[in-house]
Amino acid sequence: MTTHHIRVTVNGTEREADVEPRLLLVHLLRENFGLTGTHVGCDTSNCGACTIHVNGTSAKSCTMLAVQADGTDIKTIEGMADGATLHPLQQAFWDQHGLQCGFCTPGMIMQSAWLLGQNDDPTEDEIRAGISGNLCRCTGYVNIVKSIQQAAGELRAAGQAE
Amino acid sequence: MSFVPPARPSDGSNDMTTEAEPRTSAAIGGMGHSVKRKEDPRFIRGAGTYIEDIVLPGMLWMDIVRTPYAHATIKSIDASEALKIPGVLAVITGADLEKAGLHWMPTLAGDKQMVLPTTTVMYQSQEVAAVVATDRYAAADGVAAVFVDYEPLPVIVDPHKALEKDAFVLRPDRGPDKANNHIWHWESGDRAAADAALAAGEVRIAEDIYIPRIHVASIETCGCIADWDAVRGQMTLHMTSQAPHAIRTVLALVSGLPEQNIRVITHDIGGGFGGKVPVYPGYVLAVVASLTVGKPVKWIEDRSENLQADSFARDYHIHAEMSATKEGKITGLKVKTIADHGYTDAAADPSKYPAGLFNVITGSYDFPNAFVEVDGVYTNKPPGGVAYRCSFRVTEAVHAIERMVDILAHDIGKDPAQLRMENFIQPEQFPYKTPTGWEYDSGNYGVALQKAMDMIGYDELRKEQVEKRAKGELMGIGISSFTEIVGAGPSKDFDIIGIKMFDSCEIRVHPTGKVLARIGVQTQGQGHETTFAQIIAEELGFPVGDIKIEYGDTDTAPYGLGTYASRSTPVAGAATAMAARKIREKAQKIAAHLLECSEDDLEWEPGKFSVKGSPDRFKTIQEISFAAYTNHPAGMEAGLEAVNYYDPPNLTFPFGSYICVVDIDKATGQVKIRRFVAVDDCGNIINPMIVDGQIHGGLTMGFAPSLLESITYDELGNNQAGTFMDYLLPTAVETPRWELGKTITPSPHHPIGAKGVGESATVGAPPAIANAVVDALWHLGVRNIDIPMTPQKIWAILHEKGIA
Repeated sequence: MTTHHIRVTVNGTEREADVEPRLLLVHLLRENFGLTGTHVGCDTSNCGACTIHVNGTSAKSCTMLAVQADGTDIKTIEGMADGATLHPLQQAFWDQHGLQCGFCTPGMIMQSAWLLGQNDDPTEDEIRAGISGNLCRCTGYVNIVKSIQQAAGELRAAGQAE
Repeated sequence: MSFVPPARPSDGSNDMTTEAEPRTSAAIGGMGHSVKRKEDPRFIRGAGTYIEDIVLPGMLWMDIVRTPYAHATIKSIDASEALKIPGVLAVITGADLEKAGLHWMPTLAGDKQMVLPTTTVMYQSQEVAAVVATDRYAAADGVAAVFVDYEPLPVIVDPHKALEKDAFVLRPDRGPDKANNHIWHWESGDRAAADAALAAGEVRIAEDIYIPRIHVASIETCGCIADWDAVRGQMTLHMTSQAPHAIRTVLALVSGLPEQNIRVITHDIGGGFGGKVPVYPGYVLAVVASLTVGKPVKWIEDRSENLQADSFARDYHIHAEMSATKEGKITGLKVKTIADHGYTDAAADPSKYPAGLFNVITGSYDFPNAFVEVDGVYTNKPPGGVAYRCSFRVTEAVHAIERMVDILAHDIGKDPAQLRMENFIQPEQFPYKTPTGWEYDSGNYGVALQKAMDMIGYDELRKEQVEKRAKGELMGIGISSFTEIVGAGPSKDFDIIGIKMFDSCEIRVHPTGKVLARIGVQTQGQGHETTFAQIIAEELGFPVGDIKIEYGDTDTAPYGLGTYASRSTPVAGAATAMAARKIREKAQKIAAHLLECSEDDLEWEPGKFSVKGSPDRFKTIQEISFAAYTNHPAGMEAGLEAVNYYDPPNLTFPFGSYICVVDIDKATGQVKIRRFVAVDDCGNIINPMIVDGQIHGGLTMGFAPSLLESITYDELGNNQAGTFMDYLLPTAVETPRWELGKTITPSPHHPIGAKGVGESATVGAPPAIANAVVDALWHLGVRNIDIPMTPQKIWAILHEKGIA
């Protein structure tokens, strides 16, 4: 099968690959680049375990082809922490017991980060609607909502301090 | 579905009023501290190691050809085109396996299951062939290119039809003596006494209740990497298993490989809920493939494969009859159930319990008489009978009894809460022997129900309901006062394929006072790395951060039967406490040696031994640890280690009372859960934060099959909910805002008084929701509605009653 040469920026690093046109973006990240924090939980775009950011927008990476991502700027869960310093969402998920098995967590954090970028002070209903494309089977979402609320507060406070 | 926000704060926070102060300091972090999870730093960074994340040198991919027919003869399989595809290395069929005698495998329930069929497929999406290729895309290409010629056969999806005299026999392989579709009959209790009680009952009710097929659908599907090293004769199987040791032993028995040369490693698991207990054909095929090609072979299910072919839960057709006095004192119970197991009994129940612990169906009530019988039946469906976050058929039992108690209350015009209060087993009756043979360890049911009623404002809600009904609005209040049965189990009664259901812990204290402990159970998200460290911190006083918990590698962890049926804390948690106590006994001898006193002169507080009456003369557990390797008494073995294999004297019986308030939209039939209060009692609590999290998740998995989830089949055996487009997991939007409360009634026989909590809420929630919905519609003549109570189903009822 023919391949296409693509270039993407992933978590600030430029990367290249020769890919079949049918290669899913999530497989490019996981298998070509070894970024296994992005997970696959379904085959119908329902679960959101594969959520990443493409050019700053939340995207389900199982529903994009790698070739469609050519030239884009991608952020995955591996790009969220600043060295030893966790992103406020990562810290909040830990503080609030916002995860159990951890499988949905990277997608949930990426979706939440996009959500808070759109709305820095969401109501509980807005949070719940904002993560309704991400399924969690363990937590009943209670502590995920609390985690996002904690992070929203911290991000707002940090924004005010700047 | 949407919901009406509750009136009270809804952050899911628990009510702490009944909790005792922790015995250890926050720095130690023993029982009762909400210690943040030790496993989380890797998960929040995307640095967990799930099965699909593992890549081994030279690793190949396996994908599976599946049948579109639920029942068909395989006329031929042509793999020639598939083998021409670049990257496709091998296609394995049933005929290949038959040569090695591997086309069938035993199930945990004593039946047998096809690894690959040689002549006949028995359910839609059954495995038909395996394709091994250099990468996942080539393997999928190979699957698409394998041509299978099928001759469709008649299909039975209804177990009642399967039992009819002229039904065709699904499993002729069982021989002429078993030329029917009946698998087994199981009964419990006293039939004659129950019959007599029912005959004498002043009030007698009967109801058919169906608990549909559902699927655990953990967000991570199943998968494995089989890695055969021909030079060393070593098989390493990385897999998603809730019971790795059992897998190792089964693999040794089936394959003939020496057990010391089989290593099963589970790594991080993305949710289990029972679905990762069974041995699926895919695992076996990956092992065969690796043995065949001599390289590591990876198999990862797609979601649709997971939903269509893996083991299911429930599928119980229950007929229940109950008798009572006209005042509502319960006198007898008789239950007859048809259990649809699909084409093979691949349930994961303890050997003596083919219907699991279903005879806990007398629930929280003081039944003088009860009789339960269950018949297992074959149909053209995938193997069923594993759990959905519940201990061996307990959800089915709880749903039936809680529905029946509610129907009785409504029939005699008594408040359902009052009727429960009058029939509860009373605190002074524990330990309580049920008419079906269980001995409940402890309980205080009335207190839990009263607490739930107080939290939700029960009396006010009943007044509001009367007002609403007068206005023609549909509002219902439902109660569930459940008793669970978990922690399997005592070795005299409990085994799986002969292996007793003990569990284990091994603790090593290093010279610098740091601890490594290994447990025989497995975590799929429960947080064992934290809670088991807390048990050791509680017993020995080491700070929880100094204790590392390992599990899931059969080369290093002590033997155990794994994590399901809420057995981790009741069994392995007990083993952990007992192993720690052995270490404390030895530490006391070393402390006496160091302090030059008699052992009897020492007293313990978490983290140190001191001389009675001289609190300034003490040795810390860390000093004692160092001395165990540097200055131990003459005649004593060096080191500070212990192992315990714990055989529980009884099961544990967590309980709780849940109250649900629903409003039903008359125009759409939509059920809106307005409030849901859950009061749980799981005995002593190790980590309140984690317990609350388990209850939140359990409630959501109780809510899901009540209103959303079910797997149905058309008459041709086509799965009607085979993807997440059709099998509806709750999102954050539908999920109610849970309100939690708790009472604490320790287990008297468990070393730390704990009972287990992972599944209580899944078990207890559905009847609270169903009772609320029926309560809202009772005045229209509605007695029972089977779950899931979808808008379509409710609308049809309202339409029939002239309401919608």
